[in-house]
Amino acid sequence: MSKERIKIAPEFFDIMPPEYQDLVTRATYGNESRGWKDIGTSKELIEEHSLCAGCPESMAFRYILASLPNPEDTVMVGSTGCTSLVFPHVAVHNIHSLFGNQNAVASGLKRALTVRFPGRIKDVVVLAGDGATVDIGLDMTLQAWFRQEKFTTICFDNELYANTGGQESGLMQKGFVAKMAPVGKTFEKVRLPEIARESGCHYVVNCTVSKPSLVEKVIKNAVYVAREIGPTYLQLYTPCILEIGKNSMEGLQEMRDSEKPTERFAYKEYISEPAKQLLAEIAAKEKERKAAAKQLTSQEA
Amino acid sequence: METTSVIGTKNKKGQVYTDPRVMMNEAPRTPSFFTGSEVIKEAVRRASVDVMIAYPITPQSEAAALIGELFAEGYIGDYFRGESEFAVMSECAGAAFGGARVFTTTAGPGTMRAMENFPMWAGARLPIQCIVTCRGINSPLSIQPDTIEISYLMQTGMLVWHAETAQDFYDWIMKGYMVSEEPDVHLPLALCCDGFFVTHTKDVVNLTPADMCLPPYDPYRSPVPCMDMECPPVRMMRDPFVMKSNYISYATHASWQQEVWAAIERSRKHTIAWMDGLIETENADADVLIVSSGTAVSQGREAIRLLADEGIRVGLVKIKTLRPWPGEEIREATKNAKYIIVPEFNVVGWMAREIKASIPNSDRVIAGPHVCGGMTMPPEIIVEQIKHALGIRSAALAGRGS
Ligand SMILES: Cc1ncc(C[n+]2csc(CCOP(=O)(O)OP(=O)(O)O)c2C)c(N)n1
Ligand code: SF4
Ligand SMILES: [Mg+2]
Repeated sequence: MSKERIKIAPEFFDIMPPEYQDLVTRATYGNESRGWKDIGTSKELIEEHSLCAGCPESMAFRYILASLPNPEDTVMVGSTGCTSLVFPHVAVHNIHSLFGNQNAVASGLKRALTVRFPGRIKDVVVLAGDGATVDIGLDMTLQAWFRQEKFTTICFDNELYANTGGQESGLMQKGFVAKMAPVGKTFEKVRLPEIARESGCHYVVNCTVSKPSLVEKVIKNAVYVAREIGPTYLQLYTPCILEIGKNSMEGLQEMRDSEKPTERFAYKEYISEPAKQLLAEIAAKEKERKAAAKQLTSQEA
Repeated sequence: METTSVIGTKNKKGQVYTDPRVMMNEAPRTPSFFTGSEVIKEAVRRASVDVMIAYPITPQSEAAALIGELFAEGYIGDYFRGESEFAVMSECAGAAFGGARVFTTTAGPGTMRAMENFPMWAGARLPIQCIVTCRGINSPLSIQPDTIEISYLMQTGMLVWHAETAQDFYDWIMKGYMVSEEPDVHLPLALCCDGFFVTHTKDVVNLTPADMCLPPYDPYRSPVPCMDMECPPVRMMRDPFVMKSNYISYATHASWQQEVWAAIERSRKHTIAWMDGLIETENADADVLIVSSGTAVSQGREAIRLLADEGIRVGLVKIKTLRPWPGEEIREATKNAKYIIVPEFNVVGWMAREIKASIPNSDRVIAGPHVCGGMTMPPEIIVEQIKHALGIRSAALAGRGS
């Protein structure tokens, strides 16, 4: 489908809010080759955000929403935290219910959509903070993976509880002094990517959001694998510049510094055998599609 | 009703989607001898449930497992065991957000573990049905019947009904969906019963035909959009209200809570039509009335019989719905009563408190007898309470020494 379901009756077009008119005329729902490069030339699926100025979460949101392969049939599930302040501005259906229960909600949601729309694609994508994913919600994060629930879990890892003012979280680095870690965190950053692999995730990536092209690639892969095979997990470093004492301009550099080969956000991926096969098939089809398109344009010329 | 478009067609199990009023009120009934748990299964078989999520806890485990059998037979769209009651209720929420008719069951500690979800369900207007087979929540651990958990559920914004018998249970599961899915209600229902007394005893229950089932849930007859991307993904708000410390934010939160409670009130008319009133009375003109809900009512009936043998006339008010609270009805039914006896299976006496708050001259209310922690309530102790109120001496049932 394309924009069929969001079309405005012509009689009412002029009285709709301009951002909605924009969604209908300039958004990329239904465009198979949508991606981060559309940012700036088409209507984004995020209207605005109420995060701190320069917060890397805002970049991450924009890249992810530009990269979802099937936004017209994607439902997102969030959790309480800084991300929950953005979701009301997002133009795909999204659910906020409680803090930490996102993977449980997504499990029920995905199953309901599968029952209700047999034979149709309905992607489910979870996006939550590290506190939600690893601390209060860890049980439900892992159990959804054990059960092989077919949706993508994205964790915005800012290594602390940002929304409540910078408290210690399980993904915080050892030794970091924070609220509720007054003498420094005493245990290591939880190795969730490894745990995800062992828990049955078929596609796991740990990286920063410094490069939009990389975000696009991993989002698409994660959604495709979740759709066809089983759970996928992305842990994306989105530093909380406010709590680590950086300026609005410094988020990008912070991410670049932390993705160096010896650093904790050096690119790391795990792909299961069936997922590798699927991604290879998709890549081959994509190549064919591009070649065919190229031929068509050269014929037309 | 919109959903009548499928009426007369068959589901994949060959059951005919039937007008609920015809099915519940006119279709022939077959008397069957079943446990409460089996009755839950039979009701769910006919309720066109899309998703059921289960977790073991006595005394609902059997019912939850029997519904798994229904899934295996193909009567339910999906079914699985969740990881905890908190997670199960969130899984139910997800399924309901996605437009499914959702069923689950829990009890006692499970209800308490899940509690954060219930006001969320109500606020999100998810018409999930949760069977609550009440049991103790105290420490030391108890698995015995005790209705204290209902008092917590009553403040969540859910509809709360309290079944007395397996027959109530059977009918109310299906009627419950019909009421809670009404667009002007669209709220979750906690359908409670007293654990063991209802779940584990056998009773004759009149069943509707097994080849008739309710029409499916239509998630688009809802006051809030279904999260399935089948309707426009509207931008929900300019700024999340949690961000704002201003009048608009407060007013929004306040008015939505008021709307949830108003929706509970709006459920009255539907409930009255389906269940023939929110209360049921017998000899309401008697000087002494027993007023309660659940199996305390059944024990009250026995006490009334015993007292009748002695020439003492006592009436009965059975309260079927706790939310909506039938305050008006209770006021009317008790207006001539001199003594209002409220037997309860819990230590705090929440039912007596609610009744006292709804009627004039509340010193007429005698909060008791209370049993709790799984004790049974012999009708004799109700008899004793009534005689005591009337100033009639009776032999002490259990001597405390004198
Ligand atoms: C049950 C419950 N406990 C605690 C909170 C308070 N709370 C809200 S957001 C939050 C922290 C979120 O941290 P994280 O998931 O890392 O997201 P971030 O804000 O860092 O993006 C906490 C503790 C809550 N809303 N609900
Ligand atoms: S508090 Fe931190 S994570 Fe939250 S919006 Fe501000 S910078 Fe971003
Ligand atoms: Mg965080």
